[in-house]
Amino acid sequence: MAEGDRTMAKLNMVEAINLALREEMERDNRVVILGEDVGKEGGVFRVTDGLQAKFGADRVIDTPLAEAGIVGSAFGMAVYGLRPIAEIQFEGFLYPCLDQINNHIGRIRNRSRGRFTCPLVIRLPYGGGIHAPEHHSDSPEAILAHIPGIKVVIPSTPYEAKGLLFSAIRDPDPVIFFEPKRIYRAIREEVPEGDYTIPLGKARLVQEGKDVTMVVWGAMVREALNAAEQLKADKIEAEIIDLRTISPIDSETIVTSIRKTGRGVIVHEAPKTCGLGAEIIALINEKALLSLQAPIERVTGFDIPVPLMKTEHYYLPNPKRIILAVKRVMSF
Amino acid sequence: MGLMEDYHPLKGKMFQILKPDGTLQPGGKPPLTDQETLALYQKMVFIRLADQRALSLQRQGRFGTYAPIWGQEACQVGSTYPLQKGDWVFPAFREIGAALMMGISLKKFYLYWMGNEMGSRAPEGINMMPVSVPVGSQTLHAVGAAWAAKIKGDKIVTIAYFGDGATSKGDFHEAMNFAGVFKAPTIFFCQNNQFAISVPRSLQTASKTIAQKAIAYGFDGIQVDGNDLFAVIMATKEAVEKARSGAGPTLIEGVTYRFGPHTTADDPTKYRKEEEIEPWKPLDPLVRLRLYLKGRGLWNEEVETRITEEAQKEIDQTVKEAEAVPTPEVEEIFKYVFAEMTPPLKEQLEYLKSTL
Repeated sequence: MAEGDRTMAKLNMVEAINLALREEMERDNRVVILGEDVGKEGGVFRVTDGLQAKFGADRVIDTPLAEAGIVGSAFGMAVYGLRPIAEIQFEGFLYPCLDQINNHIGRIRNRSRGRFTCPLVIRLPYGGGIHAPEHHSDSPEAILAHIPGIKVVIPSTPYEAKGLLFSAIRDPDPVIFFEPKRIYRAIREEVPEGDYTIPLGKARLVQEGKDVTMVVWGAMVREALNAAEQLKADKIEAEIIDLRTISPIDSETIVTSIRKTGRGVIVHEAPKTCGLGAEIIALINEKALLSLQAPIERVTGFDIPVPLMKTEHYYLPNPKRIILAVKRVMSF
Repeated sequence: MGLMEDYHPLKGKMFQILKPDGTLQPGGKPPLTDQETLALYQKMVFIRLADQRALSLQRQGRFGTYAPIWGQEACQVGSTYPLQKGDWVFPAFREIGAALMMGISLKKFYLYWMGNEMGSRAPEGINMMPVSVPVGSQTLHAVGAAWAAKIKGDKIVTIAYFGDGATSKGDFHEAMNFAGVFKAPTIFFCQNNQFAISVPRSLQTASKTIAQKAIAYGFDGIQVDGNDLFAVIMATKEAVEKARSGAGPTLIEGVTYRFGPHTTADDPTKYRKEEEIEPWKPLDPLVRLRLYLKGRGLWNEEVETRITEEAQKEIDQTVKEAEAVPTPEVEEIFKYVFAEMTPPLKEQLEYLKSTL
């Protein structure tokens, strides 16, 4: 298919990210990929499939198994002038990297008063719903959003993933790029070949509605769309905002919507306490308290480790829980 | 000279007693009687069959993602054999052999991989930790526990299992260093199965052997043929006795091979050619033990059939029992987070129940 002179193909998110990486590596020879199994294997999710064959083992690097090592050396590479894209295989293996992310990556620009910078991307499959083993289902995005000096991006569709990844790689500052693995292959949509960027820090209005605002990101966008569809039967029109970037957060888009609807439901997979939902509610209270017709509801994971597959369904937010929350804010 | 001096890592020798053809190395002496050898062989067959069943149950959607042991049976059976009651085991995530040797029931083991956390609850009296998925992190825990035992005056040892990939992690190096400094009664058992998912041992470290890493931390290391049950038992036995006597830690590198995928989610054909596996097939730990037992007049096809049938019957029964365990109630995922459920958790549980 073609749109103008541009080739379009129906891609899933894995393929869209792969395409973005391929095109950006062609465009900018400073871009290198490093991580566990990213080379010969093409990544455990096949996101980097074929890239080592195309660009060589110096640019698509199978590292020893050490997450802090990957991220710490990516910092060094970035400071020296490369544009490293580090892959952490699963979010559960992110935690050893927090020392590097918090103590160095997020603050080198500030500490050196702009003399040194580290424009790097850390790609990170995250979230539950794929019946994975332990430590393969967490949603630690709020932990990262809490760290100064880094941006945190979460795409929700293949098209979005490609445009956001281009922006993330080209950003002058470090970006954590969370990939919702549950929808890696669940959605196919037209993704153009070639360059287009989606700006960081700008939310997306997924659908308009007058009654209630749903604020979502990542895999939860699909759940919200599902719930919104069902709510039509009750004559409830939901407006859905996909945050895309959770740090810096686009409070303007959220607040504009809340001023219109007066009601809000925030959905995230991460545990409830200190989840991003709390921050969003605080922002709304600061900027649009008097527009509210009802307290904002949160539909979230729980303050427990994500259960294994037999009981994981209890944990994950689903359309049913979203609908119940919407009905509560509607009938307040 | 002791084993550790004879096979000092820088001498470049791998310790082996039982050769792949089932005969003994010159001067090699089995650490087991014939009957003990046969019993452990039977155990290894059971482990391999139970492991294969797990793989096929995963393929049928009755199991979650599973990390098979296939090929590493001698490493695990041999290294748990010299342990005593009271000793502690800190596994990685491929340790069906170690788990069954420690007395964890196959039903419990299956339950975990079927996605029920109750499978991680070791019975009282069995000191085996749940699997550790974050690679290498458990090595520090083994050191901490051993160190605590030393402080309390308990004569126990701890053993940590990990793979060649884990030796790249900071945790491993910190654990080795702590163990050396505090003379912790720990055995670091590296199952060098040649791969960390797709990454071969040669890309993992520039060291010639993993065993030699012990030298830098000031204690003994030894490379053993990890597919030789006898050598694994002998080396671990010496390390265990040394640790128990207060002489500190040992690093054992068991050289073995992962015949299967990393996990059921992995497709090894992406990074490993069939012909690369060929040279390892004759080195299979079960093959050489079978040849040895045959030479001792203890093995024939009939024995094999009997052992296999008995194992399959027990495994059939276990699968039935594990699958009959009902899906846990929703309370289950909340009630073990703290000693006492906190008010926010109580509130969240009540809310969740109201939505079901």
